[in-house]
Amino acid sequence: MMTAPTVAATATAAAPTARVELLIDGAWVPVCDLSHLTPGRGVAVLLPDGSQAAVFRDRHDRVYAIANRDPFTGAQVLSRGLLGTVGDRPYVASPLLKQRFDLTGGECLDDERVRIPVHTARVRP
Amino acid sequence: MTDSTEKPTVLLVGYGMVGHRFLEALAENGAAARLRVVVLAEEPRAAYDRVQLTSYFSGRTPEDLLMGEAGFAERHGYEVHLGDPAVAVDRAARTVTARSGREFRYDTLVLATGSYPFVPPVEGRDAQGCFVYRTIEDLLAIEEYAKGARVGAVVGGGLLGLEAAGALKGLGLETHVVEFAPRLMPVQVDDGGGEALRRTIEEMGVVVHTGVGTKAVAVDASGAAAGMSFTDGSELAVDMVVFSAGVRPRDQLARDCGLEVGERGGIRVDENCRTVTDERVFAIGECALASDGRVYGLVAPGYEMAQAVADRLAGGERTFTGADLSTKLKLLGVDVASFGDAFAATEGALEVVYSDSRSGVYKKLVVTAEGALLGGILVGDADAYMSLRPLAGTGNPLPAPPEALVLPAGLGGPVSLGSSALPDDAVVCNCHNVTKGTVRAAVTEHSCTTVPEVKKCTKAGTGCGSCVKLLGTIVNEELEASGVAVDKGLCPCFAHTRAELYEIVRVAGVASHAQLLEGYGREEARNGEGCEVCKPTVGSIIASLAPELDASVHILDGEQAALQDTNDHFLANLQKNGSYSVVPRIPGGEITPEKLIVIGEVARDFGLYTKITGGQRIDLFGARVDQLPQIWARLVDAGFESGHAYGKSLRTVKSCVGSTWCRYGVQDSVRMAIQLELRYRGLRSPHKLKSAVSGCARECAEARGKDFGVIATAGGWNLYVGGNGGADPRHADLLAQDLDDEGLIRLIDRFLMFYIRTADRLERTSAWLERIEGGLDHVRKVVVEDSLGICDELEALMANHVDRYEDEWAATLADPERLRRFVSFVNAPEVPDPTVKFVPEREQVKPDLELLFSEQDLLRSLDPDNTPLLEVRS
Ligand code: SRM
Ligand SMILES: Cc1cc2nc3c(=O)[nH]c(=O)nc-3n(C[C@H](O)[C@H](O)[C@H](O)COP(=O)(O)OP(=O)(O)OC[C@H]3O[C@@H](n4cnc5c(N)ncnc54)[C@H](O)[C@@H]3O)c2cc1C
Ligand code: SF4
Ligand code: FES
Repeated sequence: MMTAPTVAATATAAAPTARVELLIDGAWVPVCDLSHLTPGRGVAVLLPDGSQAAVFRDRHDRVYAIANRDPFTGAQVLSRGLLGTVGDRPYVASPLLKQRFDLTGGECLDDERVRIPVHTARVRP
Repeated sequence: MTDSTEKPTVLLVGYGMVGHRFLEALAENGAAARLRVVVLAEEPRAAYDRVQLTSYFSGRTPEDLLMGEAGFAERHGYEVHLGDPAVAVDRAARTVTARSGREFRYDTLVLATGSYPFVPPVEGRDAQGCFVYRTIEDLLAIEEYAKGARVGAVVGGGLLGLEAAGALKGLGLETHVVEFAPRLMPVQVDDGGGEALRRTIEEMGVVVHTGVGTKAVAVDASGAAAGMSFTDGSELAVDMVVFSAGVRPRDQLARDCGLEVGERGGIRVDENCRTVTDERVFAIGECALASDGRVYGLVAPGYEMAQAVADRLAGGERTFTGADLSTKLKLLGVDVASFGDAFAATEGALEVVYSDSRSGVYKKLVVTAEGALLGGILVGDADAYMSLRPLAGTGNPLPAPPEALVLPAGLGGPVSLGSSALPDDAVVCNCHNVTKGTVRAAVTEHSCTTVPEVKKCTKAGTGCGSCVKLLGTIVNEELEASGVAVDKGLCPCFAHTRAELYEIVRVAGVASHAQLLEGYGREEARNGEGCEVCKPTVGSIIASLAPELDASVHILDGEQAALQDTNDHFLANLQKNGSYSVVPRIPGGEITPEKLIVIGEVARDFGLYTKITGGQRIDLFGARVDQLPQIWARLVDAGFESGHAYGKSLRTVKSCVGSTWCRYGVQDSVRMAIQLELRYRGLRSPHKLKSAVSGCARECAEARGKDFGVIATAGGWNLYVGGNGGADPRHADLLAQDLDDEGLIRLIDRFLMFYIRTADRLERTSAWLERIEGGLDHVRKVVVEDSLGICDELEALMANHVDRYEDEWAATLADPERLRRFVSFVNAPEVPDPTVKFVPEREQVKPDLELLFSEQDLLRSLDPDNTPLLEVRS
């Protein structure tokens, strides 16, 4: 099923036990403790339907979620890329061929024809 | 043999440097297409760079020295006959006979036969062990004979004599130079300059005898040179003698066919380089006596003659009326330059001299009473040559007082003028007669932005190379002037270069990327994340300096973990389907059968594709991220360590089997390779580091293709640096010879730490060596002679690294915190990634790529209108 474009939720302030959740099919699904995320990196998450998401935490403890699949190679690896910012735009660089993807809108910054799915994420204290 | 082509035939006799330039010029101006061009060459090889001849002894092969690119003659349709010199010319019949007996008809004959070394008529000069210094064959013979010799003497203390002396010294001989004149290099420098040169050269251990002539070479019973006697009655026991007492034009062929030659030799030509005797015959290069009455013994005037004749054959009007005799040389590592009216021959000329014999520096400028520059001599420090020479004789007043220009830095004025002081018509590249204006035009009109591009476009800098530094400044000034900001910053986050960041981290002790970005980043990047360029770079710098910073040496600790590229992050190499490869270290390529069996078992049990790498070890492909710890637990248990195939760090030190088994080996190359690999393992650097050790000069380990390569000699080890395979291969240069084990390791320690400190991100040692100012010589000064006084510090840094080394994989296995990342899914740690699958291939496996791509996926990601989806199917 499809829904309208969404902007990734951002949430701050983390108690030690804070939890990261993704909005899936109208319900918040817990994925891991915030402490499992290294600022500046991501992890892969297995979604209920068998697809995969990449969830990231930046240096200001904001979290983002996008599809884990690198559209250029088909491999499920975006969670293993490095985060960066251009201006205020947070992105992840694919660990394979280094294309960058905006974490809030999914646009590929190096190839305007390409855009990947994004998910809504939040941090629950 | 006669020839029946209709095209007019140009016959070139002599395929040396000038001959080659002539062929190039014919191709460039288009005349080659309309002509049949035949070349008769005496030497057994195509033209090579005679000016750089001596670099053969520092590792350049005869092939490296060749001037034309591969296929040069074929591409332009030139018929080249190597090893077949012309022996007779019949000008009436317009034919030339070659030694093979073949006869060639010509319409135009171009003589470019060069010079021969003059050997003074002393008794014994033909004895075994007597040599000249002109061709590659001469050098090969000298090298061979030196193996059985202890003492060598060079007759002649001029430019070539000193080069020859440097070569003998490099071959390990006790070396003497005998010069008849009262000073060294009598043609180029005056007494003061000669004295400075002498001191420096003597300090290098070359014995200098000036003001004495050679009377005879004493010959022993076997007919070999054994000693020399001199005009002052003294004698010297020697094993070999190299004559380098000047050159004479090779004009015999011309004399024999009745062409006019000068009193002291040289084929007499007019301003068109046409012989004054026969309008169909030209002479160019060192064999010609130019219209100004001079025979030029330098390559640049020869090139101009070549271009003049080529131009004429294309219908042009170019002439050659004389040239500047300026030279800048590096003799035994000493800069020597003389230019313009160096001996103050102009009437009313005044001299401004600075002389410091203690440090071997001598500088003299010759000026007019009004302060315009006429010429000068620089010994020991010739940095100012490139900016001063073009000003000499222009009549323009000097932009700074001459006394300020000769004083060393710190004692007064500017050390050099910079390129902005030069007028556009100043020749910046003497070898190819390229003006500053031409270089600037290459930037502004032909959009060159780098020195290599300018070299290609203008030929400047492709001769002796001494102008390359100046080219760099002109190019950068021009780019800046035309508004192209030359941003040397590392990335959009930092305006600093990698080398600058290294210094900041080291001196300010900043051990975090976040802090570095806040404190030293570009304003607009300060509050951000950084980027995929600066994070790994800073991560690598911090890792190299970890022991000094008192940071953890494990690259997966703290913030470090967030900076590493994915390969370092998982201590393995990411493959195209998201799986990883595993490369255990196999130092020197030596491995026991037991360990081989373990690798085999691990690969079999985990279903890994197994391949022998190009680095003498074994790569296991196709591990899922969650399998990495299990695989490594088995490997570590069997005594393996991380091979750092994933890191910008030491890869392998290849070895040949060496003296233990090989009948040719002179040192134990395997032992040394293992020692080096264990010493430098884990060292983080700007790019990967590769090394190899060969047991003898046959070089089975391909050490000269490595960042640091070691080749055994009878006396120890030769160290080569800056080699590279890959896309832009480069042979390594000799840094030092005949080192013992300790000396070798000390030098490599210093070299590596200096590289790590000053290189750019992802800059292999080869590119670094080509880029840094002063190149190999500078590096040698810093790491061999300790000119910056930092060698103790470099050694201490390496000692620290060696002390604090730990195996990254063993340490990771021991720490649950570090192990936690090795799961496919954070929310389902026990589930393997279902998209990492394999299909059979030649009895092993390969990634199942079809699984990764459904057609729909492909189309969707390439659809310009695609809207982001919440990718949920329930
Ligand atoms: C496995 C191996 C090929 C093989 O099957 O033999 C290999 C494989 C890779 N090479 Fe290589 N190179 C391998 C030997 C070489 C060699 C030969 C050698 O070392 O003797 C060279 C030329 C020598 C040299 O480097 O000067 C070589 C020149 C390169 C280059 C070009 C470097 C350059 O300076 O131009 C790259 C690209 C880079 O590093 O930027 C590269 C990069 C790579 C990477 C890491 C590409 C990547 O980022 O995925 C490959 C990944 C391997 C993996 O995933 O495990 N590989 N590569 C060899 C591993 C050797 C080892 O045991 O560690
Ligand atoms: C060690 C060394 C260092 C030097 N350093 C410098 C320097 O720093 N700067 C500088 O400007 N110059 C330098 N020179 C001088 C420079 O090499 C010469 O000026 C230049 O090579 C002259 O070119 P050419 O073509 O006239 O002569 P060559 O390069 O000598 O070529 C002449 C060729 O003609 C061949 N030949 C002769 N007779 C016949 C025949 N009958 N038939 C066929 N072929 C024939 C010869 O074998 C030779 O290959 C150096 C020379 C040497 C040896
Ligand atoms: S380099 Fe020399 S010692 Fe080593 S294997 Fe080859 S021939 Fe033998
Ligand atoms: S001056 Fe020799 S290459 Fe330019």
